[in-house]
Amino acid sequence: MSAHGERTFGDVVLRVDDVSLSFGGVQALANISFEVRDGQVLAIIGPNGAGKSSMLNVINGFYHPQQGTITYKGETRRQMKPHHAARQGVARTFQNIALFKGMSTLDNIMTGRNTKMHKNLFWQALHMGPARKEELEHREFVENIIDFLEIEHIRKTPVGRLPYGLQKRVELGRALAAEPELLLLDEPMAGMNLEEKEDMSRYVLDVNDEFGTTIVLIEHDMGVVMDISDHVVVLDYGRKLADGSPDEVRTNQLVIDAYLGVAHD
Amino acid sequence: MLYREAGQFKTSYAKDQAIFPILQDRVMMVLMLVVAFVGVPMLASEYWLSTIMLPFLVFSLAALGLNLLTGYAGQLSLGTGGFMATGAFAAYKLAVAFPEMNIVIVFLLSGVITAAVGVLFGLPSLRIKGFYLAVATLASQFFLIWMFNKFPWFTNYSSSGVISAPPRAVFGDFFVTGSSASPANKYLFTLVIVCVLALAAKNIVRSHVGRSWMAIRDMDIAAEIIGIKPLQTKLGAFAVSSFYCGISGALWAFIYTSSVEALAFDITRSFQILFMIIIGGLGSILGSFMGAAFIVLLPIFLSNAPTMFGLNISVDLISHMEFMIFGALIIFFLIVEPHGLARLWQIGKEKLRLWPFPY
Repeated sequence: MSAHGERTFGDVVLRVDDVSLSFGGVQALANISFEVRDGQVLAIIGPNGAGKSSMLNVINGFYHPQQGTITYKGETRRQMKPHHAARQGVARTFQNIALFKGMSTLDNIMTGRNTKMHKNLFWQALHMGPARKEELEHREFVENIIDFLEIEHIRKTPVGRLPYGLQKRVELGRALAAEPELLLLDEPMAGMNLEEKEDMSRYVLDVNDEFGTTIVLIEHDMGVVMDISDHVVVLDYGRKLADGSPDEVRTNQLVIDAYLGVAHD
Repeated sequence: MLYREAGQFKTSYAKDQAIFPILQDRVMMVLMLVVAFVGVPMLASEYWLSTIMLPFLVFSLAALGLNLLTGYAGQLSLGTGGFMATGAFAAYKLAVAFPEMNIVIVFLLSGVITAAVGVLFGLPSLRIKGFYLAVATLASQFFLIWMFNKFPWFTNYSSSGVISAPPRAVFGDFFVTGSSASPANKYLFTLVIVCVLALAAKNIVRSHVGRSWMAIRDMDIAAEIIGIKPLQTKLGAFAVSSFYCGISGALWAFIYTSSVEALAFDITRSFQILFMIIIGGLGSILGSFMGAAFIVLLPIFLSNAPTMFGLNISVDLISHMEFMIFGALIIFFLIVEPHGLARLWQIGKEKLRLWPFPY
């Protein structure tokens, strides 16, 4: 059952078309195509080494596919730098937390708004007038995110000192600070206990609901995937096995075989 | 009991973002500035001003510059000496070529020239990191010093290769360079420059520019993915850092020593400043000053301590003892707190807030 019941979505925001990526002799992705519609929560699932993270890396321009194109908001491309993707409204979190360990929670999330802050070095050095005004405006926005994620108490704590679950939440906060239109979450619930997973699922759904953000996530917990996603893409050994609603995917024989293993005779 | 922030509520983000959000810290800072601006020039002897306070301030500025690059942006550099030399020679050429130009503008322009040189030698940082970058910046160190020695144009064809600062006043007859400048004038002028630049550095590192430097330092891939451009960020850090080092070099040549040759800024100087920021604290403005104080003041104190306490020790034993104690103290501080004196200071303050309770 999908948590949202029957939902309608906007146009296609992201189209992955026939993408292939290999590292030397290893084929990470082979002729993958799928679409993400505006406002959707799309999950990419698959066994270890299926190419899920590679898929996200291709979408936000970190890897360059050898073949195929990515169309994002009507713009088709094969190669792009990650910071261009960021400026176009693609934000992401990482499987292994990639926070800035020496900085506080507040500074980490403020860094997420860097692309929106433009006052030059001269004004910054003075810390007066427009630079100060800009800093305070963004601080206000970041405080709303801190409020939303319920991490007020660790605002000034260096993130290196925080427990794992909170670090994951801060990382989500940093991604949200960029006001993304497309949010890529790489295993946002890995290594969490049930309660933390429920919290994180709630945040993901709230982000989707309140801000209308389109979300592509990778997750191993099938319960979570089936509950929160509108659409599921299944990868195995770099190939797409299935693509459909959670219910369709669940009953797909190929998917069951990939997950449970199948006797080869 | 005195150092407690109970009852001090911050009601706006502007107040929360102040450099010294706690009242006691603000009072302390004002007191220190009063001492530095009024007390020291009135009480200190000329010897103290020109051989202790001036080098301390000049070194602090250089350490501050390197700390912006290495401590905040994470780009290890061994080219500090070369950049200081660039600042010194640029200031000399400018001051001689344009005698009418105000000395403050000369210093600022020499900082800008050094910034441009710094950007040039910062280009390798786009490809290489860590120790390998340190080796690449070493090339700038050797190349720049070689260049200033090789081409007599830089010293205006002086036969000894030494440049001497021409006499210049900031305004009226407030001379800060040359023989007619009093140590008090020199000290006050340097203090103003260092204070203004330190405040500017603090403002930069708490702005989005500083955050992007720290993001590159802590995890460059993640920084790029959230939209920070590595090219601009790293070169920007090199530019600002070199600007500071250049002005420090110009102050060294014009105000501290009055005449200087390129060899005064050799590799030993670069190492000395690197040690300052390691001991003082990487990624801390205060740490730059503490490190400079430690390295400049401690040897002077150690060599004078035996006579101050009335001990009769031979001079060469004193100088050997000085090396031994200095080395031992460096090791001691690095073991006690690898993050430097600034962190030690911070821990002390946190303990003081809770005193007399342990936690």
